[in-house]
Amino acid sequence: MSDLDTHGSVSADVAGGDPEAVEGKSPFQLAMGRFRRDKLTLVALGFVVTYVTAAIAAPFLVKAGVLDPYTTNQDLIGPDTIPIGKWGGISWEHPLGIEPGIGRDALSRIWYGMTFSLGIALTATLFAIGLGVIIGIVSGGAGGKTDAVLGRLTDLTLAFPQTLMVLALYSLGLAFITGTLHVPGGDLANAVYVTAILGLFGWTGVGRLIRGQVLSIREREFVEAARMIGASKMRIYFREILPNLWAPILIMFSLYMPIFVSAEAALSFLGVGIKPPTPTLGNVLADSLDYAQADFVYFFAPAALIAIIVVSFNLLGDGLRDALDPKADR
Amino acid sequence: MFAYAVRRLGIGAVLLLSLTLVTYFLFFAVPSDPAKQACGKNCNEEQIEQTRVALGYDKPWIAQWGDFMTGLVKGRDFPADEELRANNPNIVTHCAAPCMGFSFVNQQTVNEILSGAFPISASIAVVALVFWVTGGVLFGILAAMTKGSFLDRGLVGLTLIAYAFPSFFIGKFLITYVSIKWGWVEYPAYLSIEEGGVSGWLSSLFLPALTLALLFLAGYVRITRSYVLESLSEDYIRTAKAKGLSQRTMIFKHALRAALTPLVTMIGLDFAGLLGGAIITENVFAYNGLGVVALQSFTSDDLPTMVGLVILIGSFVILANIIVDILYAVIDPRVRLG
Repeated sequence: MSDLDTHGSVSADVAGGDPEAVEGKSPFQLAMGRFRRDKLTLVALGFVVTYVTAAIAAPFLVKAGVLDPYTTNQDLIGPDTIPIGKWGGISWEHPLGIEPGIGRDALSRIWYGMTFSLGIALTATLFAIGLGVIIGIVSGGAGGKTDAVLGRLTDLTLAFPQTLMVLALYSLGLAFITGTLHVPGGDLANAVYVTAILGLFGWTGVGRLIRGQVLSIREREFVEAARMIGASKMRIYFREILPNLWAPILIMFSLYMPIFVSAEAALSFLGVGIKPPTPTLGNVLADSLDYAQADFVYFFAPAALIAIIVVSFNLLGDGLRDALDPKADR
Repeated sequence: MFAYAVRRLGIGAVLLLSLTLVTYFLFFAVPSDPAKQACGKNCNEEQIEQTRVALGYDKPWIAQWGDFMTGLVKGRDFPADEELRANNPNIVTHCAAPCMGFSFVNQQTVNEILSGAFPISASIAVVALVFWVTGGVLFGILAAMTKGSFLDRGLVGLTLIAYAFPSFFIGKFLITYVSIKWGWVEYPAYLSIEEGGVSGWLSSLFLPALTLALLFLAGYVRITRSYVLESLSEDYIRTAKAKGLSQRTMIFKHALRAALTPLVTMIGLDFAGLLGGAIITENVFAYNGLGVVALQSFTSDDLPTMVGLVILIGSFVILANIIVDILYAVIDPRVRLG
């Protein structure tokens, strides 16, 4: 944190209870205190931890045979391609029913699909934030011409319609990834393409935010001191300034994850990204659209999980912002 | 003020030029074979070569970019190859300025394709804009005035949930359940003003515009809420209250004013992006706007249409940026000096 809010800490402590023990607290402890008092954020964090753990566990569960996203249970499908039984064929073996048409277990597909969706979102988020942080620090730190050029680069990137570019560059990009980069085709190449494009067009928000922060940090005494002792630019940027940016980076992280989870789903709908039989939340949902009326459970479940992920990450991001940056109200 | 506007326009022009240049670089500088795709699967080497020359894909990308820019300013004739044009005058298509290219797949100029689809996208965008801006500002004010209450949380929470569901799910849900199964709204099919009158046009846009608006609503509620909250604690609001202004004047004339600048920015950029077609919404509802054109040109490898679309939407965004900046200077005089 950049601001030492000592007055706030002392009065808060006094108001909080024991007036005798007035102790100084580090900004981090203060933030943790604020975070712990925020019930809604804690609930959101609980959700995030739960499904991230579930997503990490999924590949092992698939290997152990607990989750089975690939077996086609044709015996459970009626002649109208709709699962036999109420609510999309819900039973003890198939808690969320089975997929209409092909007959794979719906829960396994959604659960395992979440692993791929979160994986793509995580990689894309790290890529976008990495790019944004580097460009933001260099832009804000160097100032002058560099800043102007990078500013125009940001404007230019924003001018490109992102969804359309994902479509337009698909065949070229995929050819480049499999051909020049020698990535094996199929799921991996598709995943690399989606993350690369989301990152390449998604860093602008981070870049602008970080630049703004750097503009104020670089006038602080410790940066001046580093400059004084002749530290190199790289050292000032990444050893002096960067460590002071972890709060906005953490906030941006939890706000970018849901955006990219949604983006993966939207791109699957348009036919870009990892394709079945490998499940992602997006391609399962896109596939379920044909059964919107005939099998509501199969239609609703992946969408609801996406919504839970998006809402909880957003709430967590808001909570982090409130805790780490109490002055920023928005 | 005038000098400021001119400077912004200049920057915009440079950006626009770079946009076309980068687009051409991305699409034509990498080793790929657009001619092969344009020619189709059953072409032999010779036919592909002919297509390549006919479409001008044999030239270096910078020359193709030059052709495109010339077409934009002066208009062009297609096919691109002069000799071919001279020998077969019957297949020549003239594309008047500003020419965005010629779609080999559709045998139409890109201008015709885009201008046919544009009104639908613009209609959806305008109605959606009205929905989410009025909804967002009103809900935002309501939430701010009842801060911490059940209503405040409900509004912020519900709009966030609406945002969290993928919009193609919401669209499909509205079509399948609200329209077909429950019959609350007529089945959505686009009617232009000539076909259905203003009321038919509006009602045909209701569901797609709603789907689109739900995507933006949450953000506008939040921004309005937080800026109104901030200004409600300012001294000038206390003064306004003290001198006995009505609540309505106080909110709409004084408190909302602070939210105006961020709102104008958001509206300008969001709307500009949508003018180029809401790809997801249009495809779910099968409204043949620019978003449907985008997906079709993707599936049929129609490169010229895609390039035209990218440049068109990019120019909307750049233009909106300029307008927003100039509006900024009007709303907040400090900007002009900065």
